Amino acid sequence: MKVAYWPGCVSRGFTPELHGAMAKVAPLLDIELIELDRASCCGAGVIAEHSQELADTLNARTFALAQKTDGAMMMNICSTCQGAQSECQERLDANTEYREHVNRTLAEEGLRYEKDAARPFTNKNFLWLLVEEIGLENLKARVKRPLTDLKVGPFYGCYIVRPVSRLGIDEEHPRDRYMHWVIEALGGTVIDYAGVYKCCGFPIITMNKEASLTQAGRHLGDAIDAQADCLVVPCPLCHLNLDLQQPAAAKVVGRDLGLPVLHLPQLVGLALGLSPKELGMNKHIVRPTSVIDWSTSVVAGSAA
Amino acid sequence: MPEYTLRIRRFDPDSGQAAHWDEHTVEMAETQSVLDAILKIRNEVDGSIGIRCSCQQAICGSCGVRMNGKPGLACNTHLHEAALRGHGTGWNPPEAGQRTHLIDVEPMGNMPVIRDLIVDMDAVHWKKVQRVTPWLLAKEPVPEREYIVPHENMVDVTQTMACIQCGSCVSDCLAMEVDPLFIGPAALSKAYRFVGDPRDAQHFERLKDLAEDPHGIYDCTHCFNCIDACPKGVDPMSQIMRLRRKAGSDHDIEDRNNGYRHEHAFVNNIKRNGILHESDLLADSYGGKFNPNAGRELVSGLPTAMRGLARGKMTVKKLLLHEHKASGEIKRVFDTVEGRSERVELNLYVTGYEDEPEEASAEHREPPAETSVPQSESESENA
Repeated sequence: MKVAYWPGCVSRGFTPELHGAMAKVAPLLDIELIELDRASCCGAGVIAEHSQELADTLNARTFALAQKTDGAMMMNICSTCQGAQSECQERLDANTEYREHVNRTLAEEGLRYEKDAARPFTNKNFLWLLVEEIGLENLKARVKRPLTDLKVGPFYGCYIVRPVSRLGIDEEHPRDRYMHWVIEALGGTVIDYAGVYKCCGFPIITMNKEASLTQAGRHLGDAIDAQADCLVVPCPLCHLNLDLQQPAAAKVVGRDLGLPVLHLPQLVGLALGLSPKELGMNKHIVRPTSVIDWSTSVVAGSAA
Repeated sequence: MPEYTLRIRRFDPDSGQAAHWDEHTVEMAETQSVLDAILKIRNEVDGSIGIRCSCQQAICGSCGVRMNGKPGLACNTHLHEAALRGHGTGWNPPEAGQRTHLIDVEPMGNMPVIRDLIVDMDAVHWKKVQRVTPWLLAKEPVPEREYIVPHENMVDVTQTMACIQCGSCVSDCLAMEVDPLFIGPAALSKAYRFVGDPRDAQHFERLKDLAEDPHGIYDCTHCFNCIDACPKGVDPMSQIMRLRRKAGSDHDIEDRNNGYRHEHAFVNNIKRNGILHESDLLADSYGGKFNPNAGRELVSGLPTAMRGLARGKMTVKKLLLHEHKASGEIKRVFDTVEGRSERVELNLYVTGYEDEPEEASAEHREPPAETSVPQSESESENA
């Protein structure tokens, strides 16, 4: 399937391995990415905190650019983009007068965000697309090297699971279970631990570093205590606090950590047969030793 | 009638015994409340269960508990709904096949347990509410008769006035979990109730106080837990963002927690670059590369940056330069929106959703100034 692809900022900044891994994984799943290279940052909630209209207009512009492509929908690889953009879309869709007001700003550029009841604008994180569009059976069929014996702790974070109504989470779409399902579909073992749905602490790293790193350190510690080999995240901002800042978090919580953290496309890529290096895992701060050991072990090797 | 199994967490701190779970099965209609079930068990099976409740109509705010991991009022949560609860908490996942009848009931979090399902609201919640001076500091001179308040201003604060002080949002606040001194969602919502009230004389002082407090408005981690927790639709996190907006943009309060600087650095960063340039943002959030505070923070962050460089995650070029520049179109969006004389905001709590006629018709009021949509000057050109 063809999608308008919004990689976000951090996947091209401090976590370049995420953007790279997605580019490698997409063709293996028959996803054609039309990159929205003229779009701007979603605002990550900070622009909305400064000016709601500014955030809504910037994201309406991104949606309008996506609507101009022939992609079936828009896809992102960052929970924070998903949450911030869903919030803007909720307002734009709820009120015609407001939408037209925002569209007047976009009109000078010849852009327009259309709300079409017959063909609603859809923006899905890679996780949702994987389960709802590609399908778990389809995914399973493509697995070349099942994640047998790899114990993976899902870390959902905030923006992709709350508020549940805005993010379309209900009995029919238990999107807060999708990472569990994907890990299992790839052959891995899900590790449940206290931090599965908690906050990584990233949003307050410049305001209250200690509280921020206590959050990251605590969740990593809980996952280690639950015997996880690694965590998987759908959000590069979580990755910054859980991986890039992990040595600092270890100091704050006063214990050794050293738990590898994978981006979702990396975990999928591993099972689809790509090597850790191809997926950019050498760029992680915490060396993904346990994952690499797993990928070169007899168990994983024999399945390949 | 369907059968429900309630597992109630029992704890008496004076007993010296560890907490334990008691299991009771009741046969009740699915539209009866969790509180109905607890009271039935208490009346018929075990009179020693501790639960606080009064009105049983979601008005008094006494019966806040966690049901299947999610906080809320026991009296306005149907058994059926509680059993299905657990989205975003991992409780009773659909795979487990128990979603239809099993309900775990435990006391709210972030507050000490007095007994069983009763927590000490005084020790945490009320102390924090008192912290924000929760009364009107009237403007002088006091008029002989009533104050005349613009209707739109009152509508603007009605959302925070819907709060019944049940503590559900406090229970699951993830910032408070790591920083117990955080003023928290309920008290900060209460603070907005006065900051948004034109009769109050001390908006600036209130905001300055809350911005400068290291555990104040900039300590919120944006986790949205309070929004999902609130049984009254107060959206505490949105109120905290309103406080930040007023502190940073209306009163230009430059706080010592880098809240103001971070917000403004972020907005300017996107205006300049279109997409985020992280290393610049970091420096600017601490006051710019040449600010002594920034120097200290950046030096302490140096090991992190060096590790990033060593692993090829960052490059010197990427740290110092940013190849991506904002297009003229992005800059124009910034100029247009920031150039408006009046802030445009849409508060869905006030306006409702167009496609849901029932909810929309519940609000017949005129939208307040801040939420109304002014006609753009260029409208006639585009029409």
